[in-house]
Amino acid sequence: MPIRPLALLPALALILTTPLQAAPNPTDWEAVLEEARGQTVYWNAWGGDSRTNRYIEWVARRVAEEHDLSLVHVKLDDTSAAVSRVLAEKSAGNLDDGSIDLIWINGENFAAMKEADLLHGPFAERLPNFALTHPGHNPEVVTDFTLPTEGYESPWGKAQITFYYDSEDMGDSEDMGDSEDIGDSEKMGDTGPPRSIEALAAWAEANPGRFAYPRIPDFTGSTFLKQALIALVEDTAPLYAPAEESDFAAVTAPLWEYLDALHPHLWRSGRQFPATGPELRRLIGDGELSLAFTFYPSEPAAAVADFELPESVRSYVLDDGTLGNVHFVAIPFNSPRRAGAMAVADFLLSPEAQAHKQDLAVWGDRTVLDVARLPEADRARFAIDEENPAMLPADALEKTLAEPHPSWMTALQEAWRERYVRR
Amino acid sequence: MNDRHHLVLKDVQLALDGASLLTLDAEVGPGEILSVMGPSGSGKSTLLAFVAGFLAPAFTASGRVLLDGRDITGLPAERRGIGLLFQDPLLFPHLSVAGNLRFGLPRAARDRAARVEAALDAVGLAGFGERDPTTLSGGQQSRVALMRLLLSAPRAVLLDEPFSKLDTALRQEMRQLVFGRLREAGLPSLLVTHDHADAEAAGGRILTLA
Amino acid sequence: MMLRFAPALIVTLLVGPILAGLTMAALPAFGYLPALGGHAFSLAPWRELFAQPGLARSVAVSLASGLVTTAISLTVVLLFLAAASGSRLDHWIRRLVSPLLSLPHAAAAFGLAFLIAPSGLLARLASPGLTGWERPPDLLIVQDPWGLSLMAGLILKEIPFLLLMSLAALPQLAPAWRLAMARSLGYRPTIAWLKVVAPSLYPLIRLPVYAVIAYATSVVDMALILGPTLPPTLAVSILTWFQDPDLSRRFMASAGALLQLGVTAAALAIWWGLERLVARLGRSWIEGGQRHRGEWPLRALGKGLILTTTLTACAGIATLALHSVSGFWRFPEALPQAFTLLHWQRALPSLAGPVASTLVIAGVATLLALALTLAALENEQRTGCHPAQGRLASAFTLLYLPLIVPQIAFLFGLVVVVETLGTRPQHALVIFGHLLFVLPYVFLSLSEAYRRFDPRWSQVALSLGNTPNGAFWRVRLPMLLAPLLTAMAVGLAVSIGQYLPTQLLGAGRVPTVTTEAVSLAAGGDRRLIGVWALVQASLPLLGFLVAVGLPRLLWSHRRGMRGSP
Repeated sequence: MPIRPLALLPALALILTTPLQAAPNPTDWEAVLEEARGQTVYWNAWGGDSRTNRYIEWVARRVAEEHDLSLVHVKLDDTSAAVSRVLAEKSAGNLDDGSIDLIWINGENFAAMKEADLLHGPFAERLPNFALTHPGHNPEVVTDFTLPTEGYESPWGKAQITFYYDSEDMGDSEDMGDSEDIGDSEKMGDTGPPRSIEALAAWAEANPGRFAYPRIPDFTGSTFLKQALIALVEDTAPLYAPAEESDFAAVTAPLWEYLDALHPHLWRSGRQFPATGPELRRLIGDGELSLAFTFYPSEPAAAVADFELPESVRSYVLDDGTLGNVHFVAIPFNSPRRAGAMAVADFLLSPEAQAHKQDLAVWGDRTVLDVARLPEADRARFAIDEENPAMLPADALEKTLAEPHPSWMTALQEAWRERYVRR
Repeated sequence: MNDRHHLVLKDVQLALDGASLLTLDAEVGPGEILSVMGPSGSGKSTLLAFVAGFLAPAFTASGRVLLDGRDITGLPAERRGIGLLFQDPLLFPHLSVAGNLRFGLPRAARDRAARVEAALDAVGLAGFGERDPTTLSGGQQSRVALMRLLLSAPRAVLLDEPFSKLDTALRQEMRQLVFGRLREAGLPSLLVTHDHADAEAAGGRILTLA
Repeated sequence: MMLRFAPALIVTLLVGPILAGLTMAALPAFGYLPALGGHAFSLAPWRELFAQPGLARSVAVSLASGLVTTAISLTVVLLFLAAASGSRLDHWIRRLVSPLLSLPHAAAAFGLAFLIAPSGLLARLASPGLTGWERPPDLLIVQDPWGLSLMAGLILKEIPFLLLMSLAALPQLAPAWRLAMARSLGYRPTIAWLKVVAPSLYPLIRLPVYAVIAYATSVVDMALILGPTLPPTLAVSILTWFQDPDLSRRFMASAGALLQLGVTAAALAIWWGLERLVARLGRSWIEGGQRHRGEWPLRALGKGLILTTTLTACAGIATLALHSVSGFWRFPEALPQAFTLLHWQRALPSLAGPVASTLVIAGVATLLALALTLAALENEQRTGCHPAQGRLASAFTLLYLPLIVPQIAFLFGLVVVVETLGTRPQHALVIFGHLLFVLPYVFLSLSEAYRRFDPRWSQVALSLGNTPNGAFWRVRLPMLLAPLLTAMAVGLAVSIGQYLPTQLLGAGRVPTVTTEAVSLAAGGDRRLIGVWALVQASLPLLGFLVAVGLPRLLWSHRRGMRGSP
């Protein structure tokens, strides 16, 4: 029996701004699970990080036990490939037998798919575990790059730009003092790692070749552009409206001026950029970089445990805060196995799956559940290991900057390519 | 092996690209060996290929081959009942000595093992059955090849310079063995050679090509 | 009687999809693709294409990597063959050819990258002692803008291919006899080989050389790992445009696919011109009577170059292995501070699926290719019409079509055709895609042995009363077991190494070790890449071990079956 989308669209925005009262009809959900049984769900998700991949493998094992469905991780090097495929299927007239059942998505890809009516929904509020996110108190779980999600995607995890560095390189606090030779690295130690976008430029100039950001259009790299843009513009208000509504060249002029000055001091003199965030991690491990950043605040600590980073790695966020966002999963409109996809999305929101995901030894991606409102027993699962020296202090992530409107991401990527790809 | 066989070549004409190679009319009776001699390029081997059924498409042929009165000109090689002996023994290297002999025996033959043993015994190679053919001497290999041929019960035999690779002492011995066996079996045979001694030892008519 | 249709079937199988794919690339390139709203022909896709930043550079790098790679690989191979004197080293290198050929491109690329990167093994071995580097130098080596590291990677892989092709073609030239003749006239051996063997050898390996040019101008998986990034090579750019969420970019991508076809054709044309030039210059050198000069340096070069590339490839594999078991490994330590099996343990559960589907796809594609090849070759034997060998006009030249038309130029069109036919991505489709590339290689590696097989063996079998089928099964097949298994191993290796057909026709839903390994490249986790690349490299090697070992085992009591029949 095909699932009919709930005809709730107009009322939805209202519902989502108040604590979710109406629990989904349990018998209805039972029917979904019943239908999901035995299905093979193809989940297209970025596969560039081994830790994420391992977590998804764990999810596949668990949903096989729990719901008797088989989950296949289709590894993407860029989520846009999945968007392109769904769109191609739609234009080829494939309206009910698509090859993708679930997509890991947010930001401009979500905006593009929703705009083109490529998503099934709303479904998020039908998931029993969705209530645990308490969207009334945590509007970020129903907002994606300023756009309301309207139930067309279900929150999965939280990311926030976090910088990390090798303290042995940087001569941070404890390593200072007793060293005798006063080389370059010692001078670097006096200043410590840069705590603002402006300071970063000065730091890079003093330490050429020791910092890099991933090549655009990688999403971590693109986020760096937005982070810098927010810091450099005088008025951030235009960034939270569609880019077409402002004078793009004028608004972004300070950014290009900044990047033009920064690039010569980057790794490989800005002639080449690392492919992804995880590659930054590798470069720190190899000693090529001294300073890098990630979207996953606990990544540095987790990577130390995996022998990828030295134990001297420390992390921090910029003084004025860093960009943070929530990432989601969505179901394409032509997925033939929506019940299975919903069962997986719901499992992803379970305290068990969310706690496992936050575990440093697993992935270290922060939960979207409202931990404070969880039952006592579940809350204990989410205790954070603050002992780990590579871990951020618990309060560090309070200064979260909101993501600009998704159109800025695409416009910035296009302009960057236009400017920095060698002719 | 007591059947009496007859091989007749009637108005055989072979040509390559329109140029005539040879014309031949011959009759070979049971136990008779017809020797065909000629320099290289005279079409000896082509004649054998034609009779055996392996003529390359580049050649054109007319005339008929009759075996025991039956026209076999149009038959595929394996249904002609004509056995071949080359200058190399060509024992299949992936089979044992006995395996090669069994390969020659018709599927319907009874007492396969006994007949293979007897064949080996007949050429002084008793007990060699499980040996690797490459461990045999040249003369021993030639004898196995002969017995493999005879076991397949052909109705006529073609010999393509069968002794040219053997040394002089062995050559004499093999001639006697081969020709003796063929006569004994009453098989009409066609021998192609450029060694006059071969033709003389065969004891039959000698036909010299230009 | 089915045999008679085999050649036609093969040609249809190979040519049909390529023509269909090219057509479906050509129509959108000129604006026509109704499914995406393109109803009228226009030049807009081309205008958009030529407005892309860095396009000229992409094209230049693609063109250069095709020509430079081929020129260097061919030079190294010819010099080695000229300098080879039957020493132990020569035998050793000849032995290594097959395993190195079986090394997938992606694994070779990773190995090379791990070796030559600023933080790679070479820099570590030389530091800080020789270089004084306490941290990796900030040098643009891997993914350099001129594609030099990409070319180096391609050269590592194309040398074994050209060497194997040359070794297969050499016997028909009776090189020993030619050499003896030239040396009796006073020529030194290396000079003699270059003057009397090489000129006859080249026409026999011309098609493989063209295949190398085509491959090197349009490779995708290696370029993703070693190639430049800003902008990437043309083939990689096309791939990104095709996957852009903005579907209108597919028109431009199609134009790009046609441009790629043009770039490859241009590279071939330039090469053809170079051939003429070298032939003219070469003739006066050959007939100039010079017998000694250059002998020593040429010989040293011939041995030195091949040794360098062979050792580089081996060192690359060793580096992969080292990374796959390393704990934290700070620069400039030459060895990891600690070793661990953790990466293998973690990867094992996720390896099973891709390894299984890799083997199924490779196995089925190879068996299909083998059956078709045997049918065509057996048909050739029975009808007695041997196609002229080494001539460009032969119908079997079409076999090279999938090797000469760039994959990226027709695969996307093929995907569109398949989508239009309503076929969903699945294993069967991927196997079909692999067959396009496996079939030519299986045919090329088996045909030589098959055609040279002494016809008297079959004649004896027939005259002993076997049917042609009996002779095929009982004599020809067992006696050709060794080359048959080698052809299978080649087929498996080709299939296992395929990236683009798997990725496109399988829509990413048919993961193989190759697609998984390439997708890890972006993450840069060397330990995990080490594990996957090693697995990827070992699968085809297993095939070759079986190909070498099985005949020895089966024929351990048959001396005549050792060595090629």
